[in-house]
Amino acid sequence: MELREIETLLDKYFDAETTIAEENTLKAYFAAGNIAPHLAQYAPMFGYFAAQQEQHFDKPLPLKTKVNYTKWLSVAASLVLLCGMLAWFINTNPPQQQQELGTYDDPEVAFRETQKALGLLSSKVNMGVKGVNYLGEYERAKQTVFKE
Amino acid sequence: MNQAEFIKTISPFKDKVFRLARRLLVSTEEAEDATQEVLVKLWNSREKLSDYKSVEALAMTMTKNYCLDRLKSKQASEMRIVHSNYSSHDAGLQQQAEDRDSWSWAEKIMAQLPEQQRLIMQMRDIEQYEFEEIAKIMDMNETAVRVALSRARKTLREELTKTHSYGIKRN
Repeated sequence: MELREIETLLDKYFDAETTIAEENTLKAYFAAGNIAPHLAQYAPMFGYFAAQQEQHFDKPLPLKTKVNYTKWLSVAASLVLLCGMLAWFINTNPPQQQQELGTYDDPEVAFRETQKALGLLSSKVNMGVKGVNYLGEYERAKQTVFKE
Repeated sequence: MNQAEFIKTISPFKDKVFRLARRLLVSTEEAEDATQEVLVKLWNSREKLSDYKSVEALAMTMTKNYCLDRLKSKQASEMRIVHSNYSSHDAGLQQQAEDRDSWSWAEKIMAQLPEQQRLIMQMRDIEQYEFEEIAKIMDMNETAVRVALSRARKTLREELTKTHSYGIKRN
């Protein structure tokens, strides 16, 4: 490689206009050792770049594949727990059978029985209403006292 | 994508991710952590990787962003001071191989460049990416990439010339 060519390449290099191939030519020139004295100052630059390519990354990579497994395991465990609790509840509290409340075949009898039941209910309600009437008395007394 | 396939996908560029991270974070330990972080992130989204044209470009972009975030956070800025692990080559080590010494100068000078220029220089001069790829990773246009690279290279040249002639004068 002629010196003139190297010099033009260097000029292009510092203007960032060289191609990768041209830069490799420069690197090869400076690596060969037979460097013109006035270019010797550039040698460390290219030597350094070449030397830097030798650094390697050798640390092991912690690639985790178990993440999904543990996640699904916990889902499965909670499902099992849920099913277990459900089964336990069903077993300890069996559904209570519907109680027989009695029925009448004859509508007449049914009517009478219903009237009787309603009558009983209303008599009890009236008893309550009597008690409430006292409240009306209280209200009237209050009206007379706090009239003005 | 299973583990073997994933390893196969990342192995061509995992060193590049590491070197880019180291360029920005300086500390080797920090860079290793960053690389792990980025690769694990890729692994976690492995089902979506086929949607990307270039997983390598994606990884480099992620690394860039992750490292810039780290640098921004206060914790990392403290770490950077603690971990400046380039050894100082002072008078006592003059007998050491001269090119090694000037490489460490190159490293020091590069560490002083702005982050963007450092990234671009790393990707072009060390990893030999095409301008098009760098522009994509950096989210810049190609002209801007070229300008930044030219600036970085000229700064490096200037500083190295200084130290070079300094050495001559001293000898």
